[in-house]
Amino acid sequence: MIDVQNITKRYGNLTAIDRVTFSVAKGEVLAFLGPNGAGKTTTMRILTCFMPATEGTAKVAGFDCADQPLEVKRRIGYLPETPPVYQEFTVSEYLTFVGRMRGMVGKNLTTAIDQSIEKLALGTVRHRLIGNLSRGYRQRVGLAQAVLHDPPVLILDEPTVGLDPKQIIEIRDLIKSLAGSHSVILSTHILPEATAVCQRVVIISGGRIVAEDTPDQLSARLRHSEKISVTIKAPPDNCLAKLQSISGILNVFQGQSAGTFLLECALGQDKRDEVARFVIANQWGLLELRTISMTLEDVFLQLTRHEEGMTPQADQVSEFSQATQETAS
Amino acid sequence: MTPVQAIIAKELRGYFVSPVVYVVGAIFLLIFGFLSYLYVVYAGYQAIQIMQMQGGQAQLNLNDLVFRNLFASMRFVLLIILPILTMRLFAEERKLRTFEFLMTSPIGINEIVAGKFVSVFLVFLSLLGLTGLVPTVLMLFSDFDWNPIWTGYLGMTLLGALFISVGLLASAITENQIVAAFLSFGILLLIWLISGLGALLGDTTLGQIISYVSFMDHYDRLVRGLIDTKDLVYFFSSLAFMLFLTHRAVESTRWK
Repeated sequence: MIDVQNITKRYGNLTAIDRVTFSVAKGEVLAFLGPNGAGKTTTMRILTCFMPATEGTAKVAGFDCADQPLEVKRRIGYLPETPPVYQEFTVSEYLTFVGRMRGMVGKNLTTAIDQSIEKLALGTVRHRLIGNLSRGYRQRVGLAQAVLHDPPVLILDEPTVGLDPKQIIEIRDLIKSLAGSHSVILSTHILPEATAVCQRVVIISGGRIVAEDTPDQLSARLRHSEKISVTIKAPPDNCLAKLQSISGILNVFQGQSAGTFLLECALGQDKRDEVARFVIANQWGLLELRTISMTLEDVFLQLTRHEEGMTPQADQVSEFSQATQETAS
Repeated sequence: MTPVQAIIAKELRGYFVSPVVYVVGAIFLLIFGFLSYLYVVYAGYQAIQIMQMQGGQAQLNLNDLVFRNLFASMRFVLLIILPILTMRLFAEERKLRTFEFLMTSPIGINEIVAGKFVSVFLVFLSLLGLTGLVPTVLMLFSDFDWNPIWTGYLGMTLLGALFISVGLLASAITENQIVAAFLSFGILLLIWLISGLGALLGDTTLGQIISYVSFMDHYDRLVRGLIDTKDLVYFFSSLAFMLFLTHRAVESTRWK
């Protein structure tokens, strides 16, 4: 549905995005993840034909964004960073205007408005001026605008910004309900959001795509080793060395509290059983034993930190200190 | 309703829910009325003088004494009023980030520019229509020739359209409304003042070119009751040129 090949966008000397390539299948939800200024909005603006790419081609539903922008625009529902609402309009007047701009008329238009108002729970504010609505409601009006003409492709730039937790869940459910029939690209820097609604995640940093996969596989792929956290009631003095002597344990680090240790073993091995037996056999008092899995946050931080020029070794250390902090909390 | 009509309706709504049109319209009509009053009173004094000198009934020419002066003065008023009406057109969309919505809607830039132009033009025409009250009332008390009135109104309409297109261009260049307003004042004053330079250079080729570029002579002829194809061509071609530049200015924002 969306096919982006090697697009580059330069603003003078500044390269906003650099040879970005990805594609979105029909019915798929893709999250665009990246720190601020990574190039998420720029990519979206190119896809919506708001601005042309300096190099490369972007196609939506088979139409080239540079050659047939009108055809592309017809098939896209777009929510920009700031919801594009007119303050002096009421919600229903605004949606009427939006529909007319897309060539909708008569009964089609009124049913579409009713549906999108219902989808986004705007019924209570439908006759109020947008200028008097709160940030969350404006965001929802912006979303209603994007889904009004039931486009096959939805491009949403940070759709849940400014919403309260309940609304965030509603919007996520809405996006999930759109999956299957619509292709959706959404940008976010809220990581659980990507895990919650998206089949695939593209992590973009410094204008380049640094990873692209399902959330699960991303965290699996970036794990260098399996990590176990163990908390011991009465650790002996040379506990570190003793833990190290368990077969298959590569490294042992002291955790934040005195009795907590982090054990590292080779990828794909689960040494919890051995560790438990060892601790119990020595009668140190086993309080806690668990594996540490990498969350999308860790993946994200690790990948985007690479961009700042840190070496992989330094990365691993920081990865550990992170895991340690996690254990402490 | 087509997208262009939707834009026109939206812009008109924007004008009439904000105080802009009411304030600008009231001031415009007030100035028009006040100037009419001044010129009529002045014509009255002249009539009295003529009567004292010649005795008997003086035949007053309202066309010369009132309307020509009135229409000539309207250049100033339009120059000040119209940039205020046009300054928001694109600048506001960019400031409020609705510009991105317009540009990603499945319509061409032509249609956006046309919709915006027509909406202000309609506002201007309705204000101009209201000024028709002055000649209508004067008609009850005096006889005058309606033809120069019609050409005068044609002149104001064309001049207004040109000013609006300049204002539209200025608004497309910046996202600051104040800057847009001053930019259109500046451009219009410049086009106005170069007619002085043209007069200075007199009958040389350069002088003629410069005089042609300024709207002064073209407008003056229409106010005097002359309809010359040359003047109509001037107004329509400069209007088209300004709208073309606006199109380019809007288009260029995509490349920044």
